Amino acid sequence: MQEIKNYTINFGPQHPAAHGVLRLVLELDGEVIQRADPHVGLLHRGTEKLAESKPFNQSIGYMDRLDYVSMMCNEHAYVRAIEKLLGVEAPVRAQYIRTMFDEITRILNHLMWIGSNALDLGAMAVFLYAFREREELMDCYEAVSGARMHATYYRPGGVYRDLPDRMPQYKESRWHKGEDLKRRNEWREGSLLDYLDAFTRDFPGKVDEYETLLTDNRIWKQRTVGIGVVPPEQALAWGMTGAMLRGSGVEWDLRKKQPYAMYASMDFDIPVGVKGDCYDRYLVRVEEMRQSNRIIAQCVDWLKKNPGDVILRNFKVSPPRREEMKDDMEALIHHFKLFSEGYSVPAGETYAAVEAPKGEFGCYLISDGANKPFRVKLRAPGFAHLSSMDTIVRGHMLPDVVAMIGTYDLVFGEVDR
Amino acid sequence: MTDTPANSAPVEATAAPTTLAQRIAARLGAQVISADESRGETVVDVLPENWLAVAQALRDEADFHFEQCIDVCGVDYLSYGQAEWDTTDVSWTGFSRGVEGEGPGRFKWSNRPLVGAGHRRFAAVAQLLSIKNNQRVRIRCHAADDALPVVPSLTGIWPGVNWFEREAFDLFGIVFDGHPDLRRILTDYGFVGHPFRKDFPLIGNVEVRYDEALGRVIYEPVTSVEPRVGVPRVVRDDSRYDQAQAESAAK
Repeated sequence: MQEIKNYTINFGPQHPAAHGVLRLVLELDGEVIQRADPHVGLLHRGTEKLAESKPFNQSIGYMDRLDYVSMMCNEHAYVRAIEKLLGVEAPVRAQYIRTMFDEITRILNHLMWIGSNALDLGAMAVFLYAFREREELMDCYEAVSGARMHATYYRPGGVYRDLPDRMPQYKESRWHKGEDLKRRNEWREGSLLDYLDAFTRDFPGKVDEYETLLTDNRIWKQRTVGIGVVPPEQALAWGMTGAMLRGSGVEWDLRKKQPYAMYASMDFDIPVGVKGDCYDRYLVRVEEMRQSNRIIAQCVDWLKKNPGDVILRNFKVSPPRREEMKDDMEALIHHFKLFSEGYSVPAGETYAAVEAPKGEFGCYLISDGANKPFRVKLRAPGFAHLSSMDTIVRGHMLPDVVAMIGTYDLVFGEVDR
Repeated sequence: MTDTPANSAPVEATAAPTTLAQRIAARLGAQVISADESRGETVVDVLPENWLAVAQALRDEADFHFEQCIDVCGVDYLSYGQAEWDTTDVSWTGFSRGVEGEGPGRFKWSNRPLVGAGHRRFAAVAQLLSIKNNQRVRIRCHAADDALPVVPSLTGIWPGVNWFEREAFDLFGIVFDGHPDLRRILTDYGFVGHPFRKDFPLIGNVEVRYDEALGRVIYEPVTSVEPRVGVPRVVRDDSRYDQAQAESAAK
């Protein structure tokens, strides 16, 4: 009789379901996983070390490039850490803007996730639907910061500039004309807030569309129900946060439990799962999109009524306005010092965490009193999640690994940093 | 976020032991070097020999109940507080534009800062989170020996720290005693050195390129980049932040 042995295969790093650059070494007995050894670090750029060599503000842009589908949430953790050490707090309007953009980012992330996860499991159409709405929100990023992804919009002491009072419109072209052009520009007649107002009215219907495609879909359920069950004890022991933890039924959300920005005054609910399988996490994330939409609507409402400063008028930390800088010697000096040397942060250390779409994104910052951080440690949720891979997928079938990678919501920008 | 920044010194105990820092100090006593609170965050310093006992107590006892270890990271305290510009007596001598520091990014491997017989340069820092009690604590452990920094591994207490400790080993060379699988994690296969150490050059030591003749990717000493830092490292400990705060408070 022939001797049957386990064999080892490489899953990735160039596999479309490896979400970038995951190299997963799998030991298989037939189609059953015996051991999974994820090799990460193929996207390691040494962000934390780079940050040590430049002034604080110059690293904000690096944060966007960590988890590159939830850009502003990463910035938020970093600027919060700096603000904590400086002992400054952003103006209320800036806090509302941050809250709103954190939630826009959450929807962006979950849309990316639902599209790619469904694509991994064989549903092509969801991706196309999800990217339709992603496009609309990307336009908001572009409107406030000029960049569609890597915004560098948050600053210690507030946000870079106030929300624009008009949205860019589509111009007539060979591709966009007549009725189509009118439809595309329908929301864009007013300000960014009017645009978002229209979006929040429209979006719940769009989430219904995704749910129509997936929630009762027989194939989707066969691929996710009962797959990758994470019991709550295990989720806690493996340092899981975000939807991974809530999917297992642990009601924990930093926005509620340790509120930052304006979350304490927002009305929203925390969805939790029951069984802790891939399907529950799917339901949790879909509901999170609806809740994020609610938060955005509340922020839009407040921001429309309350104009004001969006960055501290404390010129030792944040730059004076451009017109002032051209006009006033004092302001010019402040501007020059801030953009050449930067500000020195009092010696000390702090840990600031935000509820990023993927879980707890934390920034542990040590300053020795210099204008550059002494040490920045970025705690990425995906890193902790992926480390549990071996434990979770053991005994599952090979295709379930794909479902599991999808449900972890991995982005290697943050795992590898 | 409401604390004053100037007050980086630990808040002294005034009332009954109600803060987490005081309760930890009262319960664990001699096992911790210090338990302080600053900016509303609790920091506990522990010796390597007590590291596991303290972690175990913090996880298991009902008053603490830190069921999650959110993060473990390495820190290299070499060159802490060193600046490249003199800021205190510039009024007498004027600024020096020449920068002769050995700050991050300024050196190659061949002229890296020499490490003297420093003391307890490496530390492992863990962030703990209690979901039940909704509290956080940061525990820190300085390794005794700089040449071979060893810290006991927390993997037996929180399995999730496995990769975080591998990362700290990879980047700082901190050896976690008792770790089941202490391999490199983020750096390249066959990487030499620990890149996040303060005496490791920012530009690295090797670069890769595809060699036409050999038909494969080869490693060579770095030549394509020079160490370059745009902004000098400046430590300022003056009154302007207090002044700025007073100004913004008055508005």
